[in-house]
Amino acid sequence: MRKTRISTPIRYLINTALIVVLWVLLTVVISASGLKGEYYRGIMITIGINIILATSLNIVCGYLGQLPLGHAGFMAVGAYSGAIFMKSTPAAALLRAGNSAAVIPYLIIAVVIAAVVAGLFGLLIGIPALRLKGDYLAIITLGFGEIIRVVLTNIDSVLGFKVTYGASGLARIPKFTNFNVMYVFTVLILFLIHVFMKSRHGRAVLSIRDNEIASESVGINTTFYKTLAFVFSAMLAGVAGCLYAGYLGSLYPSTFKFMKSIEILVMVVLGGMGSMLGSIISAVVLTALPELLRSFSDYRMVVYSLALVLMMLFRPKGLMGTYDFSMGDTLERIIDRIRFGGKSRKEVQG
Amino acid sequence: MTFSLLIAQLINGLQTGSVYALVALGYSMVYGIIKLLNFAHGDIIMVGAYMVYYAIASFALPPIVAVILAVGVSTLLGVTVEKVAYTPLRSAPRLSLLITAIGVSFLLENGAQLVFGADQKSMDPMVTGSISMGGISVSYAAIVTIVVSVIAMVVLTIVVNRTKIGKAMRAVSEDMGAAQLMGISLNRTISMTFAIGSALAGIGSVLYLCAYPQASPTMGSMLGIKAFVAAVLGGIGSIPGAMIGGFVIGVLEALVAAAGFSMWKDAAVFLILIIVLVFKPTGILGKKIQEKV
Amino acid sequence: MSNVLKCEHLRVVFGGLAAVSDFNIEVNENEIAGLIGPNGAGKTTVFNLLTGVYVPTSGVITLCDKDLAGMSTIARSHAGIARTFQNIRLFKDMSVLDNVTNSFNTKMKYSVLEAMLRLPRYWKEEKEARKKALDLLHVFNMEDLAYENAGNLPYGSQRRLEIIRALATNPKLLLLDEPAAGMNPAETENLMETIGKIRDRFHIAILLIEHDMSLVMGICERITVLNFGQVIAQGTPEQIQKDPVVIEAYLGKQRD
Repeated sequence: MRKTRISTPIRYLINTALIVVLWVLLTVVISASGLKGEYYRGIMITIGINIILATSLNIVCGYLGQLPLGHAGFMAVGAYSGAIFMKSTPAAALLRAGNSAAVIPYLIIAVVIAAVVAGLFGLLIGIPALRLKGDYLAIITLGFGEIIRVVLTNIDSVLGFKVTYGASGLARIPKFTNFNVMYVFTVLILFLIHVFMKSRHGRAVLSIRDNEIASESVGINTTFYKTLAFVFSAMLAGVAGCLYAGYLGSLYPSTFKFMKSIEILVMVVLGGMGSMLGSIISAVVLTALPELLRSFSDYRMVVYSLALVLMMLFRPKGLMGTYDFSMGDTLERIIDRIRFGGKSRKEVQG
Repeated sequence: MTFSLLIAQLINGLQTGSVYALVALGYSMVYGIIKLLNFAHGDIIMVGAYMVYYAIASFALPPIVAVILAVGVSTLLGVTVEKVAYTPLRSAPRLSLLITAIGVSFLLENGAQLVFGADQKSMDPMVTGSISMGGISVSYAAIVTIVVSVIAMVVLTIVVNRTKIGKAMRAVSEDMGAAQLMGISLNRTISMTFAIGSALAGIGSVLYLCAYPQASPTMGSMLGIKAFVAAVLGGIGSIPGAMIGGFVIGVLEALVAAAGFSMWKDAAVFLILIIVLVFKPTGILGKKIQEKV
Repeated sequence: MSNVLKCEHLRVVFGGLAAVSDFNIEVNENEIAGLIGPNGAGKTTVFNLLTGVYVPTSGVITLCDKDLAGMSTIARSHAGIARTFQNIRLFKDMSVLDNVTNSFNTKMKYSVLEAMLRLPRYWKEEKEARKKALDLLHVFNMEDLAYENAGNLPYGSQRRLEIIRALATNPKLLLLDEPAAGMNPAETENLMETIGKIRDRFHIAILLIEHDMSLVMGICERITVLNFGQVIAQGTPEQIQKDPVVIEAYLGKQRD
C-alpha cells in the first residue's frame, strides 16, 4: 500500500495543469510547423474523434464486457442529427465572417442534440439487445448499424423531401470543429467516462462484466446498468459523429459501414478491453501511423485484422490489459520511491 | 403485380434462399459444436467464388473442375482457419474467440483485395437458358441451384444422423466433456464440422455465381451475415432450422424487391432478425439453454 | 425467537423429474442451520429456489413472514437474502474494497448526474461506503488486502471475501454454499470461527450447505438431510448422527 496520499483537489489541480500544458504544446507544434501545421491539425482532430469513439466503445466492450458491432450506427445518427441542426442555424455565415465565438452556443446545442438522439437510439436498440448475450448481441447491433445506413441512404425517397441527401451525401455543413473545440470535447468526454466509472454506477457495470449472476445476488439491477452503459456509450459516439460532421463538412452514409464499427473495435481490443489508457493509445497510434506512413495505407486493414487475430492468440488482454492510468496514483508511487528509497512496497507497508 | 410475376419472384427467392440455406448450415453446425459465430464463414464463399472465376474465366477449365476446385479450396481454408485461429482459443473466453473470428473475416476480405484486386470480376454465366412452365419462365440456373442444394441438404442430414462422424458431432455439441470421456476425438470432430460446413460454403459459392456471375472481395460479408440471420431465424444449431431460415430470408428478400423496395432489402432482413431475437431468441426450431448456477 | 426463513411444501420439477419435493424448513434469527445430503440430492437447487434463480412448481417461501413468490433474485437480495456460490463468483478484476462497496449500491442514493458533476452527496456517500466496507473487512482481518485485485487473493481469502460481500448487503438470511469446499483443515477451522462470529455479531440466520461433517456437526444447531430431493431427516447434530436413515443414505444399506 502506498504511504503518500495526494488529496483529491490537488489531484484535480495536477491533472488540469497537465491538460493545459498538453494543449499549449500541441498548439505550439501546429503553429511552429508552418504549412504542415494545417496537416497536423487535421490529424490531431481525427485522433480526437477516434479517441472519443474508442473510449466510448470501451464502456460497453471493456467495462460491461459485451461486444456491440454497431458503434458506427450511433456515430452516424449523431453526425446527421448534429449536422442537420447546424445547417439550419446561421453558423455557416458566422464562420465565414470569422466570428467563431458566436458559433459556440449553436455548437453546444448541436452536440447535445447529437448525444440525445444517439442516446435514444441506444435505448431503442439496447433494451432488446441487452436481453441477449455474446454473439446475439453482436449480431443484433450489427443489424441495427446496417439498418441505420440503409435508412440514411433511402429515407429521402420515402419522405419526398431532402433530409439526408441519400448516397450523394449531406454537404455544406458548417465546419465548426476546430482544434480547440476538439480538444475541449475530448478532454471533457474522457473526464465524464472517468467519473462515471469511479462511481457506484461504474462499479455496478464492472461487477456485471466480472460476474452477472453474482451481481444480481448482491442486488445490482443488471438490466438497468447494462442499458445505462449502452446508452451512455451510444451518446458519446453520437457526440463523436457530430464533431466529425463539423470537421469534414460533408457526410456520406457509406462512411458508417460495418467496417467503421470494426475499425473502432480494433482500437479498443488492441489497447486492452477495459483500459481507457489503452483505447487512447491505440486510437492515437492507429490514426497517426497510416498518416505518417502513406505507403502503408493500402495494407492498413490487412494489418489491422492480422493484429486483431494475433493479439487474441498471443496477448488476449490487449496492450494494457485492464490497467487504467491515474496521474495521482503514479505520483504517489514516485513520491513513495523518493521517500522510502528502493524498498519494496511490502517493506514499506510493514 | 400479376400472379405469374409473383411466382417468378418466389422462384428467385427460393434460388437465393437455397444459397443462404447452404451457407447457414455451416454457421449453424459450427455454432452448435463450439458456440462460435464464425464470421469468417461468409468469406470462405468469396474465396470459393474466386476459384471458380479463375478456373473458368482465366484458365478455361471445364466447369466440373472449377466446382471441385472451389469446394476443395473452401474446405481446406475452413479447416486451416479452425486449426490456426480457433483451436488455440478453445478454452479462452467466448469474446476472444468471437473477436478472432471477426479478425479472420477481415483478414480474408482485405487479403483478397490485395491478391485479387479490389474490383469486381465478372464472368459469363455458367448456366444459361430457361424453361417455360405454364407461362412462367424459370431459368435453368434456378432449377440447378434449388436441386443441388436440396440434394446437399439431404446428404448432410444422412451424414449427421446415420454416420459415425455425424453421431460424434451431435455428441460433442450436446456435451463436449462427456463426449470426450466417451472416447470421441474432439479435434477430429470439430475439424470435420468445419470441413463439412466449408464444403457446403464451397458449393454455395458455385451456386451463388450461377445467380450473380461476379466475384468481389467483400461479396462474402453481406452474404455471410444474411446466412447467419437465416441460421438464427431457423434456430441456431438446428440443421432443418438453417434450411427453413435460408428459404424464408431468400423469399422475403424477393418479395420486398418485388414490392418495389429493393433498396430496403437488407434493412428488412435485419428487422426480421431483431424481431425474432426479441420475441423468440431461440428461433423457429431452436432449444433453450440455461446457465448453471 | 421469530423465524426468518420458512419453506412450506417446496417442490420443483425439471422435465418431469422432481428435483426437490415437499421441502420444509425453518431457520430462526441467530441460528446456524445445515443442509446436507449426498451429491445430487438437490441442495443447491434449494438455494436457487430461495434466491429466485428457479421458480418453484409449488410451495411457499417466506422471509420474516413475507411471501417471496414472484420476486426476482435482485428483489430477494433487497428483501434480505444473500448468498455465496459453490464455485466462487467474485468480481475478479475489481479490488477487494470495490467488491464490498458494490453491495451498498442500492443503499446509496446519488444519481448519475450527481456522480458526473461530483456533487456533495457523491462525496458523502462514497466516503461512508468506503468506511463501512473497510470496517467490515477489518472484522474479518482483511483490510490490508483492500486494494488488491480480488482475483489475486489466495483461495481461502476469496471464500471469505465472498461471505463479506454477501454480508455487506445487510441480509436477514445468509446462504453459504459449501463454504469449506477445497479448504485444508486449518482453513476450515478458521472458517468455522468466522461463521460463528457472523452469527454473534450480525444476529442473522445462516443456512449452509456443506460436505465437511466436522464443520456441520461443529457449528450447526439444526440439520436437514436431503436425499433424491426429499427431506429424510431433520434434527440436532446428535440426532442426525444416530439416524439410521441418514447413515443408510450416506453409506448404503448394511447387510445383516
